[in-house]
Amino acid sequence: MNQHPTIKPSIDARALAQSHSRTLRLGTPFQPRIDALGLKQDWYSWAGYRAPHSLWDEELEYFAIRSQAALFDISPMTKYRIEGPDAEAYLDRVTLRDVTKLKPGRVHYTAWCDDEGFVLDDGTLFRLSATRFRLCSQERHLPWLLDSAFRYEVSVEEETEVVAGLALQGPTSFAILRDAGFAGVERLKVFDLAEFAHDGATVTISRTGFTGDLGYELFVPADRALSLWDRLMAAGELRGIRAIGYTALNRARLEAGLIVANADFTAAEHAIRADRLRMPDEIGLGFMIDPKKGHFNGRRAILEARAKKTLRHVLVGLEIEGNIPAEHAIVYYRRSQEVGLVSAAMWSPMAKRNIALASLQRPYGDTIVDDLWVEIYAMRELQYQKLMKRAKVVPRPFVKLDRRTANPPADF
Amino acid sequence: MTSSDLNWGAIVIGGGHNGLVAAATLAKSGRKVLLLEAGNEVGGAGRTEEFAPGFRVSAVAHLLNRLHPDVVKTLELERHGLRVERVDFVPSVALSKDGPLVLHGAYGEVLSGASRSEQSAWKVLRAQLLRYAGVLKPFLSRRPPDLAGMSLAEMTGLGQTALALKKLGKEDMRDFLRVLLMNVYDLLDEQLSDDRLKGLLAFDATLGSHLGPRSPTSLLGLYYRLAGEIGGLAGAQILPRGGMGAVVAAIRSAAEKAGVSIRPASPVAKVIVEKGRAIGVVTQNGETLRARTVVSAINPATTILDLVGPREVDTGFVRKVKNIRMKGDAAKLHLALDRPPQFAGVGVAGHKGRLVIAASPDHVERAFNPSKYGEFSPEPVMEITLPSLVDASLAPSGACVLSAVVQYAPYALRQGWTAGKPQFLKAIMAQLEAYAPGIGATVRHADLLTPADIEARYRMPGGHWHHGELQADQMLMLRPVSGWSGYDTPLEGLFLAGAGSHPGGGISGAPGLNAARRIIAMRA
Ligand SMILES: Cc1cc2nc3c(=O)[nH]c(=O)nc-3n(C[C@H](O)[C@H](O)[C@H](O)COP(=O)(O)OP(=O)(O)OC[C@H]3O[C@@H](n4cnc5c(N)ncnc54)[C@H](O)[C@@H]3O)c2cc1C
Repeated sequence: MNQHPTIKPSIDARALAQSHSRTLRLGTPFQPRIDALGLKQDWYSWAGYRAPHSLWDEELEYFAIRSQAALFDISPMTKYRIEGPDAEAYLDRVTLRDVTKLKPGRVHYTAWCDDEGFVLDDGTLFRLSATRFRLCSQERHLPWLLDSAFRYEVSVEEETEVVAGLALQGPTSFAILRDAGFAGVERLKVFDLAEFAHDGATVTISRTGFTGDLGYELFVPADRALSLWDRLMAAGELRGIRAIGYTALNRARLEAGLIVANADFTAAEHAIRADRLRMPDEIGLGFMIDPKKGHFNGRRAILEARAKKTLRHVLVGLEIEGNIPAEHAIVYYRRSQEVGLVSAAMWSPMAKRNIALASLQRPYGDTIVDDLWVEIYAMRELQYQKLMKRAKVVPRPFVKLDRRTANPPADF
Repeated sequence: MTSSDLNWGAIVIGGGHNGLVAAATLAKSGRKVLLLEAGNEVGGAGRTEEFAPGFRVSAVAHLLNRLHPDVVKTLELERHGLRVERVDFVPSVALSKDGPLVLHGAYGEVLSGASRSEQSAWKVLRAQLLRYAGVLKPFLSRRPPDLAGMSLAEMTGLGQTALALKKLGKEDMRDFLRVLLMNVYDLLDEQLSDDRLKGLLAFDATLGSHLGPRSPTSLLGLYYRLAGEIGGLAGAQILPRGGMGAVVAAIRSAAEKAGVSIRPASPVAKVIVEKGRAIGVVTQNGETLRARTVVSAINPATTILDLVGPREVDTGFVRKVKNIRMKGDAAKLHLALDRPPQFAGVGVAGHKGRLVIAASPDHVERAFNPSKYGEFSPEPVMEITLPSLVDASLAPSGACVLSAVVQYAPYALRQGWTAGKPQFLKAIMAQLEAYAPGIGATVRHADLLTPADIEARYRMPGGHWHHGELQADQMLMLRPVSGWSGYDTPLEGLFLAGAGSHPGGGISGAPGLNAARRIIAMRA
């Protein structure tokens, strides 16, 4: 029998068509699970998605990373699928690091710049095969990536919505994956990736993460997201697996000394003020520059700035006396001359040190590293107490964990 | 030792007049220079060619009105056969059914055929146009100001402009700024009343660009024209004896005298780049040639996108280069005529001059309109010369050559030029017949070059006059693209020297000379 759709009163149809206006932020493929766990209802917008600052307890979420296993939804991360015979050459031109050295089945952390050598973003590049890559980043870059593809045999497609992502981080993360039945996952060395069967589809697992800990990232088709979540949660029940929000992750990444676009530096396309733009050398990414590889965007400007010594900033790790986090504190030279700003700071439970990332104006932080101070405003019962604390430039990461790179991965 | 092992001081790609000027200037500075030209002959759009047995013509550019005095002087072109004298100046004739109007001398020092009052109005307007063009002149010839790293000489040049502006006086200065970005149509309406005169000026302002007289900023085109000079007089024009090829021959001779090795029939396929530096070229037949400096005097987009390739430069730069607008609207018509045509009401001197069919600014605007939609003008406007009346050797005895630049013939004709060309030729011939009755019957051979033909034959992308639209957004510091207007490029050792660079096209030699000077100044 033929089904004739009945035309309902138009008010329903209209309300339905406008439903997006009631969805303030998009949900990720994991949203049903995360919503169920989000006791604190503490949401923020991550690239337009509803993402949790914290789900149940900031402190305990952080310690889940360091002493159990933490599950963090990274689906909102921008993901591009880059494929074609010229994909390698194309990415080598777009990004800073030498992509010809990135073997299939490997991941590297990289960044990319505009013509002036200013950093557009940083991100991770996954080489899925000789001709297929996934580029993950904080910001969106499709117009730039497409324009860069001119005269390359390569296709660039955004896959943020169709690919769901999870970070599973912490000492028991390996054991959980093994117990969940991902046979062979023990062979993954840090920055390796491999494909595994899941629910009639494929999950890409890489030994990567943003915590400086033993950890993995998993990418699945969006329609297999929930079954993956459930599989991990079930396998991890006895190993302390916990879903976490961004606040906890942010602490872990600071201990690992990792930077975040638009938190520790302003991405070039966001910067309104000319002096906010940053070259890789100014945010600690100078190690990515390889003058010997083929041409890459920003090369001329970056090498010229190096040669002419016109680099104006430097990003450093600081260790600050005391235990009060110096979040967004001004950095002084000899207690009086303003030379920079702290972009992230915390008391590190792992390092047992008061740590921070700061951007300083050269030569401070570069050749002059003594006599640096930060001014902390500590709120004490409705009164600010101004503290001038000595800061020492220290190497990053602040916390180095052997288990991150240990092979085979430890079975906690 | 084969030539491949030789290391040249400079390799110049493209033997158009700008390439020749750049090569000659560099060779005079002591560099060992090799010039590679794709065609069998040098000269680019400045060649003289036979188009019918016994008939020769300036293949593309036919009127000399802006050869830069510094080029003439630096290359001592007069010693190499260039002759420009006052007696060679030819008039411009505005053809009209109401009888022609003639601008004599250098852009109408004397105007005949117009009313008394129009004559005096023209005197005022002409003086004003030349005064204002004079202010822009230093800007429109030297390297554009590079505010970051300007040399003393460049500062002085800028200072001269400031001085010229100051000399204008307060009222004039205000007016200069008021009209700078105006359209030519409205300005002419303010000051003149004779449609013939206005039509001619509207034609000149828009010649070679994708603008109609009513398009904003169209006045700039007229300033560009009047910033040119020949024989020391702004606005003057000559029909070179021997055609434009003779001018090129003088530059070529200067280049050879300076020691430039010239190799025709050697199209360059690739600029070799190593570590951000251009180190040589590969010719189409596979020969590799190395040089300390590579100078490209061909189209900037072709240079970057095809010879260098987008992979060797940054994405933002490629974006800009891809966005250079260069779809030409000017066609070239060559007629081999049994005998000289007779344009109604035009005297002997007029026939040796430039005859313009642009009855009014509205006529030019109407001719422009269809080009916006990919259609040619049903009643095109044009500039006609009869070069064999100036140099009889260009045609068999008694016969005559007609050379015309015709607008608007959009490069990307919607119906395609295969079908469109015969129709467009018919439209042009109808116009000619109206002003020179009987001309059609004397045509022995007709050769119409659409912008697409010009592109294919002379390697000018889009068939564009200037190798890139010469409009406010593609001029000065924005030419060929913003950030790279000083003849250098993001690649060390690679320079641009053709019409696509500042100041722009026309047979001026200015881009070529400026580029060479820049290279010399940089000790590149
Ligand atoms: C229809 C029309 C009419 C015009 N009329 C006039 C006029 O009357 N008066 C005037 O002053 N101007 C006129 N112009 C403008 C003038 O012709 C140009 O602006 C001028 O010729 C530009 O000179 P150029 O040397 O920069 O380039 P071109 O003359 O284009 O020369 C470039 C040279 O490079 C060569 N080349 C290209 N690619 C390669 C390669 N890969 N390897 C080696 N060689 C290569 C070409 O063969 C050519 O010889 C006219 C233009 C047009 C289109």
